[in-house]
Amino acid sequence: MGDYTPSEMMIVAAARALAGVRTVFVGVGLPNIACNLAQRTVAPNLELVYESGVYGARPRRLPLSIGDPALITGALSVCSMADLFGLYLQGGRLEVAFLGGAQIDRFGNLNTTVIGDYAHPKVRLPGSGGACEIAIHAKQVFIIMRLSRRSFVERLDFLTSPGHLSGRGERERLGMPGQGPQLVVTDKCIFRFDAETGEMVLVSLHPGVRLEDVRAEMCWDPRVSSDLTETEPPTPEELRLLREELDPLGVYRS
Amino acid sequence: MSKLTTMREAIAAYVHDGDTVAIEGFTACICFAAAHEIIRQGRRDLVLCRMTPDLVYDQMVAAGCARKLVFSYLGNPGVGPLHAIRRAVEKGIPNPLELEEYSHFGMVARYIAGAYRLPFFPLRSYVGSDLPKVNPRIQFVESPYGDGPVAVVPPLNPDVAIIHAQRADVHGNTQLWGLLGAQKEVAFAARHVIVVVEEIVDEEVIRSDPNRTLIPGLIVDAVVHEPYGAHPSYVQGYYDRDNDFYLRWDEISRDEAATRAWLEEWVYGVRDRAEYVEKMGRETWERLRPTQAWSKPVNYG
Repeated sequence: MGDYTPSEMMIVAAARALAGVRTVFVGVGLPNIACNLAQRTVAPNLELVYESGVYGARPRRLPLSIGDPALITGALSVCSMADLFGLYLQGGRLEVAFLGGAQIDRFGNLNTTVIGDYAHPKVRLPGSGGACEIAIHAKQVFIIMRLSRRSFVERLDFLTSPGHLSGRGERERLGMPGQGPQLVVTDKCIFRFDAETGEMVLVSLHPGVRLEDVRAEMCWDPRVSSDLTETEPPTPEELRLLREELDPLGVYRS
Repeated sequence: MSKLTTMREAIAAYVHDGDTVAIEGFTACICFAAAHEIIRQGRRDLVLCRMTPDLVYDQMVAAGCARKLVFSYLGNPGVGPLHAIRRAVEKGIPNPLELEEYSHFGMVARYIAGAYRLPFFPLRSYVGSDLPKVNPRIQFVESPYGDGPVAVVPPLNPDVAIIHAQRADVHGNTQLWGLLGAQKEVAFAARHVIVVVEEIVDEEVIRSDPNRTLIPGLIVDAVVHEPYGAHPSYVQGYYDRDNDFYLRWDEISRDEAATRAWLEEWVYGVRDRAEYVEKMGRETWERLRPTQAWSKPVNYG
C-alpha cells in the first residue's frame, strides 16, 4: 500500500471517472477538487460548469467555493443563473454532474435538507441549492461521499434530489431527461448502478479495503459485482498535482 | 434627475417594517452595507428573500429583523451552517423564523415570473423530490400541449430589491460584471430598486459599453455610492472575497453573546459604511486587493 490518504484515493478515483468527458457540473468541496484534477490529467478538454453561472472555468488556484472570483478570471462565459439553469442545464448541455449529500439510499436518491423530521429537524442541512434540478437533467450523475452508516441509509429522512427513485425505470416513467446516478465514489470503494434494477452495486475496493469493511459502514447489505476489482492506487503525478498545486493546505486531503 | 442619495436615506425611504426584501447577489456583490443600515434602523418582521441567505441574512436574523426566509441554499458556503438562522429556526432566538424553501432554479423562476408579471413560471424540476410536499407553493400543472405535468412556481415580487454592482451613473443605469446571479431578474421583479455601487460614473461611460448595463435607470429608485459596500463578499475587479471573515463568522455566530457583541461593534457601533471601512483598516483592503485582468475593448461603432 502506498503513502496516501483515503480522501486522496477518493478524489483521484472521482477524477479518473471523468476521462473523455466534455462538460461537468461541479459541486462545492470534494467534487470541486476532483474536477480540477481531472482537467489537469485525464480530461484536458473538460469544461467546468458552476451553478453560479460560470461555463469553461480555468481557475489558476483551487476555488474555495462555487462562486470564487478565480472562476471568473479567464472563463469562456459567465452568464446569469437563469441562463445557466435554463439554457445549459435544462437545455440538456451537461454530460456529468457531481453531487454529494448527507444521506444516500441504495437507489442513489440524495438528502441535503434535514436529518429527522422536516418541521422539527435534528439537523437542518443547507437544502437543495441546484441539486434537485441537476439530478433530474444532467445526462449522468456521479456521487462523491465518504462511506459511513450515517450516510448510506436504508431510508432517507428527506428526498431532496432524485436518483433512481424506487428503481426499475421509475425515472424514465416520470419523464426525467437525465439517466440519473451512474457512479458513487467513496473513500473505501466504488459503486455503479444496475441498469435494470437501478440499485447500487459494489464494483471496486480501494487497496487495503476488505468487503467486510464496506459492509460495516452501510445500513443495507450491498450487492457485489461478480467481477469485483481493486481500485488502481494514485500515481505519483496525481498525488503531486493534488498536494502541490490543487490543495497545498490539505483542506480536502485529510 | 439624479437619484444619488445616502444609504441612510435610501433605506428609510424604501424599506419598511413587514416588507418583502431581496438583497441578492450570488457569492459576489452581496450588499452587506444595506443590510447593516437596515439593522441600524431597527426594521422588524421582514420577509427576506435570497437564493443563499449567506452571512448577510444570518446577521439580519440575529439582529431580529426577519420573520421569514424565502431561499434555496441555507449555508455558509464551504464552511458550515448559518448558526444564527439555526438558532432562530430551532429555538426562536431572538424571534421565531418561518422558512419557505425552493431549489435554485425554483427561486430564479420565481423572480422571472415576478419580472415578467406572469401568474407562474414552469420548470422541469421537483419530480420525485420531497420539496413540493413541504412547500405547497410548488405545484404541478398539466401541459396544455400534451407533454405531461410540469412544475410551476408563483411570482416573487419583493417590495424592494437591493442590488450591489461595480458602477452606475446618477440615474441608476447600472453595470455589473463577474457573477450575475439573479440580479437583473430580481430588480425587474421588485416594486422598488436601490442600487449600491463601488463607483459613480458619467452617463457616457455607461453608453460606451451598453451590453454591460444589467439594470436600466428606468426601474431604479435610489443610487447609493458605497465603496466596499459588499464586504465580506466580493466585487469582481474591486476586492476579493474575505474568506477569513467567512471562517471567523462560523466561530462568532456559534455563540449568541459573541454574535450580539459583533453586531454591537461592527453594525450598531459605526455610523455608516465609511466608518466600517475605516475601522477595518488599510491592511484588510490591501489583503483583498484583486489581481489585474483587464478585458480587451470592443468596437461599438
